[in-house]
Amino acid sequence: MAASARTEQQSRLATLFGGRRPSLTSVLGGVFVALLVAWLIVNLVETPSDFFTVMLIGITTGSVYALIALGYTLVYGILQLINFAHGDVFALSGLFASTIVLSLLGLSENTSPIGIAGGLLLTLLIVVAFGLLVNTSIEFIAYRRLRNAPRLAVLITAVGMSFIVQNISLAVFDVNFRSLPPLISESNVFKIGSVTYQWNQFFAVLATIPVLLLLTWLVRSTKQGKGMRAVSQDPDAAAIMGVNVNRTISFTFALAGGLAGVAGLLYLIEFNIRYDTGFELGLIAFTAAVLGGIGNLTGAVLGALIIGLIQAFNEGLGWAAPGSDWTRSIVFGLLIAILVFRPEGLLGERTPEGQ
Amino acid sequence: MRERLRGVSKLEPLDGVFAAWRRLPHGFRAALPVIVVIALAATYPYYVSSLPTDVPVILAFPDVGACVTIIIFVMMAVGLNIVVGYAGLLDLGYVAFYAIGAYTAGWLASGQFEQVRFHFGSVGISNEQNGIHISIWLVLLCAAILTAVGGILIGLPTLRLRGDYLAIVTLGFGEIIPQFVRNADSIKGFDLTHGTFGISPIDSPGFGEHLNKAIGLPVNYQSSFDRERFFFWTALALLLLAVFCSLRLRESRLGRAWIAIREDETAAGAMGIPLMRTKTWAYAIGAFFGGMAGAYIASFNSGAFPSQFQFNISVFLLCMVILGGMGSLWGVVVGGTILAWLNVEGLANIGSWVNAHTPLNVEVAKYQFGIYGIIIVLMMLFRPVGLIPERRRAREIEEGAGASERDKSVYAVLEAEDPKDN
Repeated sequence: MAASARTEQQSRLATLFGGRRPSLTSVLGGVFVALLVAWLIVNLVETPSDFFTVMLIGITTGSVYALIALGYTLVYGILQLINFAHGDVFALSGLFASTIVLSLLGLSENTSPIGIAGGLLLTLLIVVAFGLLVNTSIEFIAYRRLRNAPRLAVLITAVGMSFIVQNISLAVFDVNFRSLPPLISESNVFKIGSVTYQWNQFFAVLATIPVLLLLTWLVRSTKQGKGMRAVSQDPDAAAIMGVNVNRTISFTFALAGGLAGVAGLLYLIEFNIRYDTGFELGLIAFTAAVLGGIGNLTGAVLGALIIGLIQAFNEGLGWAAPGSDWTRSIVFGLLIAILVFRPEGLLGERTPEGQ
Repeated sequence: MRERLRGVSKLEPLDGVFAAWRRLPHGFRAALPVIVVIALAATYPYYVSSLPTDVPVILAFPDVGACVTIIIFVMMAVGLNIVVGYAGLLDLGYVAFYAIGAYTAGWLASGQFEQVRFHFGSVGISNEQNGIHISIWLVLLCAAILTAVGGILIGLPTLRLRGDYLAIVTLGFGEIIPQFVRNADSIKGFDLTHGTFGISPIDSPGFGEHLNKAIGLPVNYQSSFDRERFFFWTALALLLLAVFCSLRLRESRLGRAWIAIREDETAAGAMGIPLMRTKTWAYAIGAFFGGMAGAYIASFNSGAFPSQFQFNISVFLLCMVILGGMGSLWGVVVGGTILAWLNVEGLANIGSWVNAHTPLNVEVAKYQFGIYGIIIVLMMLFRPVGLIPERRRAREIEEGAGASERDKSVYAVLEAEDPKDN
């Protein structure tokens, strides 16, 4: 009797902790999360208006990060490769977008709203095509030849490609930061008390949503998307079933590149960008992808929003926040913590790789 | 054939030399090229001034001071080779070890902590100066040990991760530690690292008054007349130490365990190799040399500055290892020397030669990391075993390629008993 009661209790405990009994690491992780929440609550109570303003900034940044993180997660899902060059493709696309908007189309804040809308849409199309082209070329030039090489070799190649793309940005666009004039209106979407949200901030979120919907549709409902999922599960079996593996991988890289293009334009609209922006942002976005569970699309978006919020809270809150000097350390500390405590991420499945 | 030739050329004087050479013990014949290279390197300060300074393409040979930096970078590459080449653990944050070593030297041999006054075997520093001043020879050892401990601390939580996750975690540490030293100038008002200004000046090595009077060794390198030469010889000695340890380690039980893990971790574990302990040792020993090199170069530059510790350096060191051949010690030394020389002055020289002799006008040095990126990608695509491949590694990669050919055929996939385990 007593024994069965204990088993029942154990199994209930196990259900509570996601099918596993709580280990030291999960307890530590829990304490860490609890401290984080406590810190947020103290800040919320101390300065509520700051808290919400900062939260909105975090959501804006997070949605741009989501687009980059999706690129990492898509490629990782299909090749188990951390495509280091992805962040640099993003930066290169952003710089390219600045040239189109400023030099080719000559948009400025005085252009009529229809002109701005049309111009940005045209830029978006060109930049997406550009990102797509760059990313597929990288895959074609470097990764395709290494399809059967040890994974370490591909990873090292990715690091090399990252430096190459970064230096292409440096050669073409030089070392200066590029930014756009305020093309999107800075009037408020809403204003509650002293909390305001401006259209130019909201724009990033607004633009991200349809992209995410489109991506979900592509991966879930099209034949090519089905092929992607098949290849990511088992490339050999997919090949036997008639999926063209190489074309599917190229398609994935094209999708990721397109997303990098969108992210580049949005980031350019919100912030400023230069040749090495992509490296740091890429790492942040990669962290987001790992946080959400690498290979998992929803997870990447969730992770990116969380990272965006953490970054914004760290840089914007008043009480016991380390400040922007430490953002990098915090993000990477978080990355290490996830990989140590929960390598499968928030939404990912536990795999032998992550253990 | 050879017998016949010997018969024919009996009268030639050279033949006697060859015969004598063949009579020498095998060990000596194998060691002679190494001895010649070491002798050439050790006497470099004496003949560098008589080397031509108008060589095409490379313009000039590096001066002694530049050689110190080159040698120390090669030493770091030798350390990284233990982690990446022997144990097969991709470390993208080796710069963290460099930083820990350099800052340990900064803490233990400078006026950084002016609240205290502690002198132990320091040379050329007046006893009135504040701060901790420990003899650099001891500091080198302390820095190496401390960095090894750092390597273990980084390794313990992360080494159970495989492949690319490990790479990204080491990268994370490689980013956190430089940011830490940049920002840790007022931890609750305590100035640990002096922020962006870095720690400077750092004491220099030396042998003190007694040895100076007895056998004429310099009291203090920095104030010595032959400053650069002494730094050069000491650096060479440190590099030789690292190379020697590397060589001996590779043949040891631990080294064979590393290679077994690199080739197949699961099989190695099944054969009873303690995976965690063996990998942690690789990290610790790789870090040991990184820390020692970092401390030495901090002493040479007389300072440790946060701007030295960029991710780029990690990739640069990795590029050295890849160019030479992962796991191949001599390859890493050669590849490392080439790349470190390119980094210190080679690229600038080649750039100015190119600009002078062609209508081009490029700042080659500005794109140095792009060039390293190209080297990495080209090596990985066309010669993944490196310039001077390690025999075992070459075989491994060949076998891998052979297997991949087989994988391409659908039948082989069907025949294979166990599916791909990634």
